[in-house]
Amino acid sequence: MNLVKTISSNMYVELAKRNLKRHTVRTILAAIGIIIGVIAISSMGILGNSLKLSVAGSLGDVGNEIVVYPSYGESVITEKQVDELYKVGDIEYIIPILSNVAKAEYKSESIFTNVYGLEKDGLYQLVELEEGYFLRSGSKDCVIGANLAENLDLKLGSRLTVKDSQFRVVGILKESGFGLALNPDGATFITPEAYKKLYEDVDDGYNLVIVKVKDLDYVETVAGSIEERLNKKEDVVTVLVTGSILKSIDDIFNSISLFLIGIGSISLLVAGVSILNVMLMSTMERTKEIGIMKAVGASRKEILKMFMMEALIIGVAASLIGGVLSFGGGFVVNILILKEASYLFAPSSIMYIVAGVTFGIVTSLAGGMYPAWKASNMRPLDALRYE
Amino acid sequence: MPDSIVDLQNVTKVYTLGSNEIYALNGVNLTIKKGDFVTIMGPSGSGKSTLLNMVGCLDLPSEGIVRINGTDVSTLSDDELTTLRRDNIGFIFQQFNLIQTLTAIENVEMPMIFSRMDAAARRKKALSLFNQSNLEIEYADHRPNELSGGQQQRVAIARALANNPTIILADEPTGNLDTKTGESIMKLLEDLNSKGTTVIVVTHDQRLAEYSNTTIRLQDGEIYHESGEND
Repeated sequence: MNLVKTISSNMYVELAKRNLKRHTVRTILAAIGIIIGVIAISSMGILGNSLKLSVAGSLGDVGNEIVVYPSYGESVITEKQVDELYKVGDIEYIIPILSNVAKAEYKSESIFTNVYGLEKDGLYQLVELEEGYFLRSGSKDCVIGANLAENLDLKLGSRLTVKDSQFRVVGILKESGFGLALNPDGATFITPEAYKKLYEDVDDGYNLVIVKVKDLDYVETVAGSIEERLNKKEDVVTVLVTGSILKSIDDIFNSISLFLIGIGSISLLVAGVSILNVMLMSTMERTKEIGIMKAVGASRKEILKMFMMEALIIGVAASLIGGVLSFGGGFVVNILILKEASYLFAPSSIMYIVAGVTFGIVTSLAGGMYPAWKASNMRPLDALRYE
Repeated sequence: MPDSIVDLQNVTKVYTLGSNEIYALNGVNLTIKKGDFVTIMGPSGSGKSTLLNMVGCLDLPSEGIVRINGTDVSTLSDDELTTLRRDNIGFIFQQFNLIQTLTAIENVEMPMIFSRMDAAARRKKALSLFNQSNLEIEYADHRPNELSGGQQQRVAIARALANNPTIILADEPTGNLDTKTGESIMKLLEDLNSKGTTVIVVTHDQRLAEYSNTTIRLQDGEIYHESGEND
């Protein structure tokens, strides 16, 4: 039974192919419309996605951290407030950080650097080493960011002068990009003891606390409980969820992608109209043929099927060609706008091609629907009389 | 009338042309029995094609009742009419009306596709119909435009027979053919009729009437003479 069905439906496919071949040029032109539409949608989607990926890449590994800062008007986060933080559940670790900005000098050159004072364990959680090792507690060692090392031409073992004190470089970090809590690339990391010696006159307490949550799903609830605990009477701390910043950046770029795809969709819409036009012409030309078929026993459904098959064939063929060419289109726009094409083969980029191909097929079918409906509803006698 | 295959009662068809009403058929009563060979004759505009369209369920009457095999066609939907045509009526046209994109044998198979016959049986039946219509098998894969008029009309006859119809309707079947080819086509119809198929031919060619047992003459939408059977 199954075999029979495929053979009889093959007849419709065969008929559709022959009818499309009857007007090769017209068919090709209609197909080109769809191809261009699919390329436009896919490449615009890829461009938007690549923009997003490149920005997300330069943002570094923001992760799902909660950063607690002193509120406006408060100078520091006190030891007592940090103890309060430990009482909040679902926290993996808490890293209190001291921070300031100072001039760093090496040989005759100098540059401003973020000075962070924190324990070795905390540092280990937050950054990655390129070479050397993390701080030994109580030492006058420092770990420096990649940019700082490059700018001042620092090597392991170099003696860096920060605010008139000398520190020995024991570790150089990997480049990590712009961060929301810390900016490690240009920073100098020292032990809290050394930091306190460097800044004897400042208030006791931390400048920020990074809280890492056990499970991503708890981030918002943990942030809420921190607020509840510490800001009971008045706002003494500001709680920032880095993931939510990433999410809003993500939202912005999704909007940009959507806008770009919208522009691409216009060309697909035009292509859909051209399918409609071509099929409508073909329906008119074949009016008599439709009449004959109806006279010899073709039901409305069968006529509908015949015409929809033609739209489907154009749609599938053109959309697949468009999908393949979209890699080229995506490459070109990425090179022109982003000057690199490394995001072209990202799975999320490929998804835009899949979406483009799907829209292409759907558009062709939508364009074929009215002509097919019109053909199927022709009265056989009127159609037979048509010359 | 158990053996009446076509039964028209007081059938009227009115076309409105501007403010004028034109009666293509005006109160036609007609009964055709199973196995009849009927010729419908009359000058152009006498309503003979309209009558054929009524019998072929391609058109519905303005007034009156058309029964095919006892079924009142005005009660049927568009798709039910299509099914009725597919299973009971074979059409033969003056212009042959073959589908140009299909080969000769595919044209013959087409009605069988619509009635969902399986592919192997379809091809077998089509080949036997080729044979029956005196068509050479070598033309099976030719497109209609590669065939002569006579060959095309034979393909059309084979197509008309595809679903074993009880009625064959032929509208000027020899109109586009030379005399000799026309004769062979009529012989083919005569042959079908002798096997029990009801044949109804519309023509203005007096010679074709000789093949039939009943001749109906139409003028101005009315039957003015019916001859045969008992003559």
